[in-house]
Amino acid sequence: MNWKPDKKRPICPQLCEHLCVLIATRKIGAGEKLMSVRELAVSAGVTPNTVQKSFEQLEQKGIIHSIRGSGWYVNEDTQLAAEIMRKLVADKTTSYLNDMYGLGLTKESIIEMIKEYQNE
Amino acid sequence: MSEILRCDNIYKSYGAKPALNGVTLTVESGKIIGLLGPNGAGKTTLIKLINGLLTPTSGALTIMGNTPGVKTKTLVSYLPDVSYLNNWMTVEKIVAMFADFYDDFRFDLAYEMIERLGIDRKERLKSLSKGNKEKVCLILVMSRSAKLYVLDEPIAGVDPATRDYIISTIINNYNPEASVLISTHLISDIESVLDDVIFIKDGQIVLHDTVDQIREAHGKSVDDLFREVFKW
Repeated sequence: MNWKPDKKRPICPQLCEHLCVLIATRKIGAGEKLMSVRELAVSAGVTPNTVQKSFEQLEQKGIIHSIRGSGWYVNEDTQLAAEIMRKLVADKTTSYLNDMYGLGLTKESIIEMIKEYQNE
Repeated sequence: MSEILRCDNIYKSYGAKPALNGVTLTVESGKIIGLLGPNGAGKTTLIKLINGLLTPTSGALTIMGNTPGVKTKTLVSYLPDVSYLNNWMTVEKIVAMFADFYDDFRFDLAYEMIERLGIDRKERLKSLSKGNKEKVCLILVMSRSAKLYVLDEPIAGVDPATRDYIISTIINNYNPEASVLISTHLISDIESVLDDVIFIKDGQIVLHDTVDQIREAHGKSVDDLFREVFKW
């Protein structure tokens, strides 16, 4: 699993966010079955308790649900996952912009710089 | 969740200086716990007390209500920090010895893991690489259906691939009715697979909390906090 959590933040919310991104970007489709708790724990390198807790929190939010004896599934409605991803993108963008402003760059020069990066 | 390990105000001294100076803690089932501290903090002393290799100077230690002894040997699966296996023995012989020693040893599980590693069961321990030897030792310990797995420095001195193997083997064998206690000073490698961490310093517990609580409360990784608490 290509996941690089921030070591300064609690793991559980980061795993929830990552699963939301996978759902929002259709890497895991609506209605699709998720990995088992143990499989995901091994793949993400976290404890099974963290995975269990993350699944339960996503269930509470209405993003996934469990079927007794079968496992965890993505809900048909993936709107909320998409919303969480949008918020994540907004947070990261804000934090990036603040860093750049802190270095004395203007909005225009930041935009110029991003355009240049695209060309590389 | 049931209580697996309880330590009540344990003191242990080897002479004038106490190795453990009033340790009180409980460990519940279903947890992977890191016992973290610098060299000489008392980690191995605590582990030896759990295994009945030492007895406390004062205080009480119980494993599921039993003081360390014959009964607790059936509950605790222990990986010492130094190899105690005979180098001339073959993998097959050692597996047979473990199966003979421990009623809860799962042959099928042990061989499944050994075969997945591509290790020939006829091979002698001394001809295995250091990494493979460490893996075999871990497999033996994790193949028991114990209630408490005690791993003393399982990831010290192994390469990153072996370390990843060891970590995924621990997660793969997770059992909600058992707990795993891992002593280490290499925290950053392992902190994401820990539920709880116990910081031990100068024979005392200075912190016992969940990894996520620590990150939440301090805004830093357990490793960063560890470096702060133990700086000198």
